[in-house]
Amino acid sequence: MGKMRGAIVVDNERCKGCEVCMVNCPADTIAMASEVNGKGYHYAYMEKPETCTGCANCSIVCPDGVITVYRVKA
Amino acid sequence: MDIKEIIKPENLVHQRTSLMTDATLSYCPGCGHGTVHHLVMEVVEEMEIQEQTIGIAPVGCSVLAYDFMDIDMSQAAHGRAPAVATGIKRLWPDKFVFTYQGDGDLAAIGTAETIHACNRGEDITIIFINNGIYGMTGGQMAPTTLEGMKSSTSPYGRDLQSMGHPLKITELVAQLPGTNFVTRQAVHKPGNVRKTKKAIRKAFEVQREKKGMSFIEIVSNCNSGWKMSPNESNVWMEEHMFPSYPLGDMKVDGKIVKDLMKDLV
Ligand SMILES: Cc1ncc(C[n+]2csc(CCOP(=O)(O)OP(=O)(O)O)c2C)c(N)n1
Ligand code: SF4
Ligand code: SF4
Ligand code: SF4
Ligand SMILES: [Mg+2]
Repeated sequence: MGKMRGAIVVDNERCKGCEVCMVNCPADTIAMASEVNGKGYHYAYMEKPETCTGCANCSIVCPDGVITVYRVKA
Repeated sequence: MDIKEIIKPENLVHQRTSLMTDATLSYCPGCGHGTVHHLVMEVVEEMEIQEQTIGIAPVGCSVLAYDFMDIDMSQAAHGRAPAVATGIKRLWPDKFVFTYQGDGDLAAIGTAETIHACNRGEDITIIFINNGIYGMTGGQMAPTTLEGMKSSTSPYGRDLQSMGHPLKITELVAQLPGTNFVTRQAVHKPGNVRKTKKAIRKAFEVQREKKGMSFIEIVSNCNSGWKMSPNESNVWMEEHMFPSYPLGDMKVDGKIVKDLMKDLV
């Protein structure tokens, strides 16, 4: 199997900034934004987009279900 | 490769199931309740049983579960969800009926309903969120609170002599002849999420085959009640909750698959 490239889309306004996705990302892709959303939470974003493999670990552990994951063969 | 090349509908791997409503979850950031809600709805979606599934919400933080899950739901008085589920299932034996309950709801005020529904072997599924505390009302001690664990009503930690022992109700119900599938899982890490989803699927299959009670405990965090950050609470949970509430199947296809007495004492 070739290398997989992935990407996530975070629904910024629904993210609660819990950081659970961040610590569970095996590729260290995610960081928390320095800006806050309308509720005052630092939302998750892809700090290193080139590292994402599209494994979906982040989206399945997100308690609020705000991450969508995409993946392609690179 | 440009990100725009990756973010296309045909490359979709995972997104929030459409069986969750658009309502914002009322849970604290990082609370496992939300993760479990999504898993139950993903299983219902995959089994294509949205029209045949009826859930019973408890009293506790998840009292509003009916606002979040896009299926038919009822809500029971504190601890009475297994009794309400029994009535609904007996009226509609071909529906998939599950309760969703916290540890205060299921193992304190609802102990009798839990034990007797399990003992009667009702063809329902109980989803039991054990966070060792009364989350909703401000972190009071629950029967499941660990020895030495601080809560708002055990500020110096639970003292076994005066406050009794943590109640391992899942080990108890596994020993009743009416239970068919009994397991304890978690949802704080991706591997655990996947196992819990499999367990929920298995529980609903047991229900389809009318083999008796399927009972899933999920050891979860209450970061607000425990006064920790979400990730700290998940680490604390692994270090402190899991030794007392070890994960894994206890009963499969009506057969006990674990040394329950070892875990009980
Ligand atoms: C008959 C009755 N007694 C007491 C209460 C107060 N009460 C509301 S929620 C709750 C405990 C909830 O704890 P748990 O079931 O563990 O749910 P969690 O919030 O931790 O998910 C209590 C005692 C009530 N609502 N009704
Ligand atoms: S899909 Fe996997 S690699 Fe990509 S951000 Fe999520 S956890 Fe990290
Ligand atoms: S797990 Fe979900 S809610 Fe928590 S920070 Fe990540 S995207 Fe936001
Ligand atoms: S109080 Fe505890 S159980 Fe309730 S939503 Fe907050 S973290 Fe979850
Ligand atoms: Mg609780």
